[in-house]
Amino acid sequence: MNAMTTGAEAFLGRFEGLRAQLPGGRTDWVAALRADAAAQFRAQGLPGRRVEAWRYTDLSPVAALGFTEALTLAEERPALPAARAPWRAVFVDGRFAAGLSSLPPGLAARSLAADLDAARGLLGALAEPLPLVALNTMLFEDGLFLEVPAGAEGGTLELLSIASHTQEAQKGRPIAFHPRHLIRIGQGARLTLIETSLGPAAAAYLHNPVFEIAVAQGAQLTHVRLQQEGRAGFQLCTVLAAVEAGGTYDNFTLNAGGRLVRNEIHAALRGPRAACHMNGAQLVADGQHADTTTFLDHAAPDCASRQTYKTVLAGRSRGVFQGKILVRQAAQRTDGYQMNQALLLSEEAEIDAKPQLEIYADDVKCSHGATVGALDEAQLFYLRARGIPAATARAMLVEAFLSEAIEGVQDEAARAALDDAISGWWQREGA
Amino acid sequence: MLKIEGLTAEVEGRPILKGIDLEVPAGEVHAVMGPNGSGKSTLSYVLAGREGYEITGGRVTFDGRDLLAMEPEERAAAGLFLAFQYPVELPGVGNANFLRTALNAVRRARGEPELDAMQFLKLARAKLKALHMSEEMIKRNVNVGFSGGEKKRNEVLQMALLEPKLAILDETDSGLDIDALKIVADGVNAMRGPGFSALVITHYQRLLDHIVPDRVHVLMDGRIVKSGPASLALELEAEGYAKVAA
Ligand SMILES: Nc1ncnc2c1ncn2[C@@H]1O[C@H](COP(=O)(O)OP(=O)(O)OP(=O)(O)O)[C@@H](O)[C@H]1O
Ligand SMILES: [Mg+2]
Repeated sequence: MNAMTTGAEAFLGRFEGLRAQLPGGRTDWVAALRADAAAQFRAQGLPGRRVEAWRYTDLSPVAALGFTEALTLAEERPALPAARAPWRAVFVDGRFAAGLSSLPPGLAARSLAADLDAARGLLGALAEPLPLVALNTMLFEDGLFLEVPAGAEGGTLELLSIASHTQEAQKGRPIAFHPRHLIRIGQGARLTLIETSLGPAAAAYLHNPVFEIAVAQGAQLTHVRLQQEGRAGFQLCTVLAAVEAGGTYDNFTLNAGGRLVRNEIHAALRGPRAACHMNGAQLVADGQHADTTTFLDHAAPDCASRQTYKTVLAGRSRGVFQGKILVRQAAQRTDGYQMNQALLLSEEAEIDAKPQLEIYADDVKCSHGATVGALDEAQLFYLRARGIPAATARAMLVEAFLSEAIEGVQDEAARAALDDAISGWWQREGA
Repeated sequence: MLKIEGLTAEVEGRPILKGIDLEVPAGEVHAVMGPNGSGKSTLSYVLAGREGYEITGGRVTFDGRDLLAMEPEERAAAGLFLAFQYPVELPGVGNANFLRTALNAVRRARGEPELDAMQFLKLARAKLKALHMSEEMIKRNVNVGFSGGEKKRNEVLQMALLEPKLAILDETDSGLDIDALKIVADGVNAMRGPGFSALVITHYQRLLDHIVPDRVHVLMDGRIVKSGPASLALELEAEGYAKVAA
């Protein structure tokens, strides 16, 4: 057996041992959902590099580590970063931490595990047949279950995920957690979600979240993801979003932490005049691997999508961008745009980019572009000739490179959190 | 203020500066004229510390210090300023942020207190006004979409803010309309005094009508071939380089 098979077997073995203890373990529909997912995961396994979608990202380090799921909530109280919004849902090792959270009234925000029955018919409704989604369905222990009522002005909510030191980790076995977040924005409602993932600097762990996001007619969700996992951590995140007529889903993802991370987004524009903006910045330092993979499904007419991704690579590091735009036959007058750009700060860094357009409608406006480059010597000299020290000058040019992607984040709290995360990265890794 | 002795430099193995001797005393303005490709911009880049120019001989002292041993930012902090022949565009960098970062970096290096956003704005407004520039200019990205003349004015704005001891103006007059030329010249003249020197690189006498130099040097094929008083520029204009230098 190769490492990938062993890794997949380990997860399946954990599921067999845990199935009765997992949330909904004695509830038929949940048990059936998990069993189906297990069968699918058994068939697919952990995707290897021969799978086209995983050509540039090698999961064998994940397979080799033999993760184990934490059974109990960590007892210690992890240090929390300063609040960015009045309301905050905190998850520690994938489990909702009620004592650390303050949930907004009126938005039906709660722990998924605590209200699983209400999720019947919703949980898995947007799932794609992806192996990591199956892994999540098989083993999810909790998640944020949010149903913003129609017409509600939801304000800003923070979603904080913290990887903590668990007993298992102390015994030397790295932990894995698979939170499942269900987020439903009712007709005409609006919400900003600022999601931050943090973890200890040196401990290996796997954070495998899946988001199922339904944006109803005329609704709007702004989803800002700040991935700042510990440097030995893994995050494999899948966002599954469906947007109805006139609705908007905006996703901004910062990939700044972790040893190996994947930010995979599937967004379907299902009703006329739906819109999706997907932007992101990947800051990849020595020894890190960051992957952003997007799939935009234009399934209805008169929809617009915009994607701008920027990757900065330092040291010996690797970045990946894969972006596919599918324009179905019904999606006339689609307006699609995708740009990905990489800035290489070192000769040992590598970027792989694969944009893909698949168009079946005849009246569409769709474009994509990609650039790869180094810092511009002339620009650097111009700044230094004005007295700006070399390190500051480089930071200014990197910030300028990122600006186009970052400008889209207009919520003040989210923008402040993002700016702090970027300058923190620069101080740690860049200067 | 600036003393260049026997300076030779190469670009990609090709000698460009072939032994430059030039001294600009404190408080004086000198002009450098010379044909295209003679090495004027190369000299200005070497003095400002740009990478890619190999110094193969000679020395440069600036205010008594060994200029060639300093990093570009140290040279700026020490009071050297180069107005670029081709100012560089910086997409994504706001002009106000750029100007304030530069000013505060230089102030910090000089042991002066930094300016906060309000103090900076007040100072920048005064300088903008003196140069007849609209405040719009510092809200835009550095030089992006600026007309040729606007870029040159932005260079002079930077000079006015950084208050150098020695300004090298590399064809700051080219691309300027007649009024702008006058405004830029006034900006330079306003700085003239015992603590300010300038090296003005130009092809045209009309700039020197406004900024009257103490001396004029003729640079040809990497060497100063002739130096003289302000009237030398008129001679050059009338007779051409070949004849005057012969
Ligand atoms: N980076 C470079 N690579 C190759 N050659 C260069 C480089 N920089 C300058 N040169 C050459 O050096 C010579 C001097 O150029 P420089 O720009 O200093 O001339 P200049 O006197 O400023 O001319 P102009 O009046 O046209 O501005 C030219 O022949 C130019 O082609
Ligand atoms: Mg020149």
